[in-house]
Amino acid sequence: MNATRWLEVRFWRLVFLVLAATGTVAAVLRFTRGLGASTNLSDQFPWGLWIGFDVLCGVGLAAGGFTITAIVYVFNLKRFTPIIRPTVLTAFLGYVFVAVALLFDLGQPQRIWHALVMWNPHSVMFEVAWCVMLYTSVLALELSPIVFERLNLERPRRIVHAVSVPLVIVGVILSTLHQSSLGSLFLIVPEKLHPLWYSPLLPVLFFVSAIAAGLAMVIVESYLSQRAFNHHLEMDLLEPVGRAMVVALSIYGILRLQDLARRGVLPTLRHPGYEGGMLLLEVGLGVLLPIVLLAIPKVRMRQAGLVTSAFLAVLGFVMHRLNVSITGMERAAGVSYFPSWMEVAVSLALVAVGFAIFGWAVQYLPIFHNPQGSSPAPRG
Amino acid sequence: MKGAILFDGTKCIGCEACVAACKEQNNLPATVDPELTAYTWTVVEQRDKAFVRRMCMHCESPTCASVCPVGAFQKQPDGPVTYDASRCMGCRYCIMACPFGVPKYQWDRTVPIVQKCTLCPDRIARGEAPACASVCPTGATTFGDRDQLIGEARRRLAAAPKSYVPRIYGLEEVGGTSVLILSGVPFAGLGLRTDLPLQPLPMLTWQVLSKIPDFVVVGGAFLYGIWWITNRRTDVQKRSTQQAAQPK
Repeated sequence: MNATRWLEVRFWRLVFLVLAATGTVAAVLRFTRGLGASTNLSDQFPWGLWIGFDVLCGVGLAAGGFTITAIVYVFNLKRFTPIIRPTVLTAFLGYVFVAVALLFDLGQPQRIWHALVMWNPHSVMFEVAWCVMLYTSVLALELSPIVFERLNLERPRRIVHAVSVPLVIVGVILSTLHQSSLGSLFLIVPEKLHPLWYSPLLPVLFFVSAIAAGLAMVIVESYLSQRAFNHHLEMDLLEPVGRAMVVALSIYGILRLQDLARRGVLPTLRHPGYEGGMLLLEVGLGVLLPIVLLAIPKVRMRQAGLVTSAFLAVLGFVMHRLNVSITGMERAAGVSYFPSWMEVAVSLALVAVGFAIFGWAVQYLPIFHNPQGSSPAPRG
Repeated sequence: MKGAILFDGTKCIGCEACVAACKEQNNLPATVDPELTAYTWTVVEQRDKAFVRRMCMHCESPTCASVCPVGAFQKQPDGPVTYDASRCMGCRYCIMACPFGVPKYQWDRTVPIVQKCTLCPDRIARGEAPACASVCPTGATTFGDRDQLIGEARRRLAAAPKSYVPRIYGLEEVGGTSVLILSGVPFAGLGLRTDLPLQPLPMLTWQVLSKIPDFVVVGGAFLYGIWWITNRRTDVQKRSTQQAAQPK
């Protein structure tokens, strides 16, 4: 290991320790002093970073799970098989991250199981809760063959593998439902959410943006894995993912533009205020720029271009969700919100732990090996 | 009887007897917050040289009841929208969604619950008026059957048209509320939203949720169909490669 590599490893280990330590302190404060003392939430602004980022972004960034499994198992594009395992692991860790973040955000997290037995089918949140719970179970099942392989439990592995296709189909349906429902949550506040973000199309926009974000995360995950573990995906697999991103982002962009035009809010962007500026940033950096970059073959075929575009798309995705849940809600709320250090510390610590678990899983489980009996060559 | 409250702003003198009665009835801390909080369930605000009471509107089609994932809010047949604290897990969707900004949270507690005006269901069950209505010295706050109160409100509007803005607030807003408000000054000046749709807000999400069963069936069939088509193609390919490989 050369000197720069040694420093890099040490640096990230230090970052992890700092984040884990501050996160722990913040967690203790959250549970001993209550939400009022540990967050900047209020009656005027009841949902903040833990919903806007941890839940809304966490679920969306894990969308690669259903997209890639659909591509391989439903659309039968078997050459993308090497992408499945790391993507499903990322997705599973993403959903676990969301569940843990919810335990921080809920006023009475010990009652999180209530939705299992107390039903209100009219509530979007009820539907989200159920779909997320069921889909996390699907992800766990989709991951189980990796564990069975490691533990040499051939029969269970074969049983799960036999139901792969129905499992993936159920996963796609559950994902479509809850990815779009995260947008539906905001349908009920037309008088509160700023017109630049409120739309009857919110469920569709959230779903399409999740697909684009999931694909972007496949590229980002591959890049980070290369830096951390020296495992990477071949460009001939990632480049088509980049092309699919162009399509997904373009559909999203067109839907968004149509929606803004039809609701008559485009003229307001001529003299953009705070909200207009945030929208232009979100769409410019996170939608238009990646589309333009990825549409150019020279950019798309090089790792630097592909990875940069993917990071931009992820940034734009995060910005959209934060704009919907925070920026767009501020004006009507009459207060401006910024998370407290404790809210940020908890969120960052959870992300750090997620990365750490991923790294641990790569060490002990055959994440970067193809499933037994599948055709494409293992990734390098 | 569908219990409802009629608040007539032209009769309110801002004495806040209703606030005190509510505090006493519900064993709330004596401090009166300037606006609704988890510990102050009704307030009297002075705006535009007039007084207005803020409290839960006890909507006919309550948004809080629709959004709560565990069904903690229920619209009772006799009027009140009640809250069952034993169900609540503190997701705060009700606080986020209520168009009137009514539900409030106990941010200072480590085991918090949502709090709001209850319309005194115990008193109503005993045939009494809610605490606020029973102490109002001027009759600004009165309690009765919703339809009868609407009739009374219309009578007042017709009898003294110059004294009132010609509208009953709560008659139709978001599908109608059980708290009806009359005012001598424009409602917007009192801090009451006049941009609310007449359609109950829960319809906005129900439009989407009600399509889910259909989506699951059609989506499942569609995905299975794609698998079937693409899988057959691979099967056919495999078979033709096998045939080609067989010795002749």
